[in-house]
This record gives sequence, C-alpha cells and structure tokens, in this order.
Amino acid sequence: MSDQPAVAVKQVSKQFGAGVTALNGIDLDVQPREFVSLIGPSGCGKSTLLRIIGDLIEPSAGTVEVKGKSAHQARLDHDYGIVFQDAVLYDWRTVSKNIALPLELLRWGSEKRAQRVQDLLGLVELDGFEDNHPWQLSGGMQQRVSIARALSFEPSLLLMDEPFGALDEMTRERLNLELLRIWEATAAAIVFVTHSIAEAVFLSTRVVVMSARPGRVAAIVDVDLPHPRTVETREDPRFFELVTAVRDRLKTGEVAV
Amino acid sequence: MSTAALHRRAVDWGPAVLVFVLGIVLWEALVVAFRVQDFLLPKPTEIATTFWDERNALWHAGIYTFKEALGGFALGSAFGIAVALVFAAFRPVGVALIPFAVAANAVPIIAFAPIMNDWFGLLNPFSKMAIAAVLCFFPVMINTLRGLTSVDPRAIELMRSYAAGRVSIFRRVRVPASLPHMFAGLKIASVLSMIGAIVGEYFGGPTTALGVTILNASAYSDFRLAWAGILLASAFGILFYSAVALAERLTTSWDPSRRAFHTE
Repeated sequence: MSDQPAVAVKQVSKQFGAGVTALNGIDLDVQPREFVSLIGPSGCGKSTLLRIIGDLIEPSAGTVEVKGKSAHQARLDHDYGIVFQDAVLYDWRTVSKNIALPLELLRWGSEKRAQRVQDLLGLVELDGFEDNHPWQLSGGMQQRVSIARALSFEPSLLLMDEPFGALDEMTRERLNLELLRIWEATAAAIVFVTHSIAEAVFLSTRVVVMSARPGRVAAIVDVDLPHPRTVETREDPRFFELVTAVRDRLKTGEVAV
Repeated sequence: MSTAALHRRAVDWGPAVLVFVLGIVLWEALVVAFRVQDFLLPKPTEIATTFWDERNALWHAGIYTFKEALGGFALGSAFGIAVALVFAAFRPVGVALIPFAVAANAVPIIAFAPIMNDWFGLLNPFSKMAIAAVLCFFPVMINTLRGLTSVDPRAIELMRSYAAGRVSIFRRVRVPASLPHMFAGLKIASVLSMIGAIVGEYFGGPTTALGVTILNASAYSDFRLAWAGILLASAFGILFYSAVALAERLTTSWDPSRRAFHTE
C-alpha cells in the first residue's frame, strides 16, 4: 500500500452550470507524507479541486484515487481530515466533544475516546480548555480545535482550505510552525490551499501554482528547504528565491490567460 | 449570583422599571387632572384595590385560563416541532405543504373560535386549547424548520467527511443547531397561547374562566374588575414567556449569537 500515491488526480475537469469551467484537465499526484500547497488567483478552482479530492463534489470528468481507492470509498473509509478557513466547530459541543465527534461516529469506546482527546489537546496545546465551548475561544484556538478534530481518527490525508486565512499574521506564523510539527508527528499527507506565497513555500514540499479561467496547473515548484523548518527558515536566502520563483510562475500563469 | 452580576442586572432592568413606575404615576395623574370617567379609564390605584378585593376569584380564573393556554401551547408546539422535523427530513413534503400552512396561518383566529367551541363544547377546556394550539403551531413550526435547514453547509460537509449518514447528521447537527430558532418560536407561542385561550372564552365558556370574567365585568360596567382581569392575563403571559426564556438560557447557553448581545 505504501507505494500507492496518497492522491492521484487524473484529467479532472469541473463545469458549473452552463459553460463555467472551474477546472480543466488537472493532473496531480501527492505522495504519502507529502505536503502539497495549491496556490493561485481567486477563481482558479483550488478549493473546488480540494472538494473534489475529498468527495464533497463530483468532477465532471476525470478520476481521483486515494491510496488506490476511489475518492468515495476513501471518504467512507475515513481517509480524510478536513479543515476549512473557519473552524466550523459545533457550538453546542465542548472542545473535547468537538474533537471526539468523529470518534463517536466510529463507535470508539468512551475511555479510548477520552484518552485520544487528551493526547490531541496536548498536541495542539489546548490542555485545560476541554470543557470550554467554542464561543469562549479565540479564532486561533478554535482553528487548533478544528485541526485536532481532523486528526482525531488519524486520517491518511489532511485537506486544508485556507485554514489560517482568517487569522492575524502573528497567529498564522505560529500555527504554521505548529502545523509542521504536527505533520511530522503524524503519517498524514497534506493538501493545503492558500493565498499566501510565503506560507505555501514555508510549509510545503511542493507548491502547485494554478491559473484561472479555466483553472489548471500552471507550474509545480519543488521546495528543497531542509526539514525541520524553523523561524530561521524564513530568513534563508533559498526561501526568498523560492518565493520569487512561485511569484514569477503566478505572473506567467496570469499572462498566459 | 455575585454582587457584580446583581449590579449588572440592576443596570439592565433599571430603565424598564423606571419607565413602568413613571407610566403608572402619569396615568393616575392624568385621570385625576382631566376627570376621566371610570368606564373610559379607571385610576391605577382603583384597579389595584379591586385586584386585591377580588384576588381569590381572579386567581382561580387566571389559573383556569392559564391551564387552557398551557395545554394549547403544548399541543401546538409539539405538533409544530413534529411537522418541522418531517418537512426538514423530506423536503418534497415540505415544499408541497408549506403553502397550506401559510394559508392556514392567515385565517383570522377569531373566525376559528366559535367553530372550536361548537366542535368540542363551550364548557370543555379542550375547545380553548384547540384555539391556542392553532395559534402556537405556525411560529413554532416555521422557526424550527428554519433552524433545521439553515445549518452552515460546511458543518454538513464535515459530517459527510466522517462518513456520517443522513440520520446521524440530522440528530447530531441539524437538531441541536435548530434549538435557538425553535426557542424563538416557542417564546412567540407562549404569549399567543394566552391570547388564544382568552379569545376562545370570549365566545363562551365557564364563568370560572378569566376571559369570561373580563367579558362579564365589562357587560356589567365593572370596568375596574375588567382592567384587573386584563392585568392578570398579561401577568400570566409575561410569566409564561419568562419561563420559556429561562428554559432557553439553560439549554442554549452555548449559542454565540446570544453572546453578541448579552455578554456574561
């Protein structure tokens, strides 16, 4: 199983209604444990692609395989952990019950659930907040709960749609580091949608640059920055070179339209 | 309750209490100053005296009518919630039937009152409950339905990503998310139920009922007693509303939209 790609997107296209082509002929492989960012202008279909990979919408043409299975089967097998731009927590549940919800659906016993929730609270540094309700948490804390919830059942693939887009710059940079630490502690591959070039370069092993109308892959930039990445990584000359490279690809992608 | 909370409560309620007291004083003063006839508007002090003198009869009448209102509220709300659940679970059924619910709601309730009295009997409290139930049904149904169907689509998508089925999504997301809306409907219904019971009694009922007491007092030009009865009817309405609001506070304290207005 381990030699199967985590995600194999083949010739995926998506039309909405009459004549609106959101995606056109997308090919993309994501390897196990890889961190791939999708970046591009508004309307390039990066969120649509993420939803298609997660079997939340159907492609108009093409196929998606996750670990050699159909996306639909992968969803039923709990292969996906999804994080949106907003935390989308269940307001009536406490922090620990939000994290435990997927585990309830998997019929884990209450003791096993409680143990897992404790581990995750430690991982996202929210010890002591288990009995709080979402309204009592800051935006950054809510998003950490959302990440813990997505990780709770150890999915093989994390799908993140601009998860830090609504947060201030300081919180975003801190959560970037936390996410890398979490990623290294889990076996998951990550597909990460973002608007921020710096964030994409800092986090990823590969950055997929998309262009709009119709959405397609304009370029793929390999990020050869060493792991683990730290605060100093952002000062690395290579980091700036890669940011410039992604920015150039975004520009040429636009020119080509 | 801490002293800080008590203080905040005083700040919250102070203005309303002040307006109430000033309103009563102004009422009394105007009636005296302009020598307003008793049958037009009695003085608040006279109403209060009558209220005290007739407290036993009034209290029993109030309780009798409140029981009718409560029964109607329970019936109408339960039916409203049940219908909302069915409409939300089977959208085509809702689409087909909602226009009829809207049309039924547009019928003036006063037109129903004599018919209900005829169906269930003038002296049978169920005839008043039926009127109150008809009044309560619509606001509860429409608000609960809105709550069940206006869930954040991403909350549903997340449930689907956990491979949750329709029933599970309904039970774990739609129903709890609908509670704040449902309570908005129940609060409206609590006040309407008292109105429904009294309207029903205006078309006939036992002399022990509050609506009949008010009606008879007016007929015999005992306007102080009529006003005392009206006062008691609204007092029951306010108390019922407060009880539902308290239940709401206890069950939906997690609702962030409540916090926006009322930080605790």
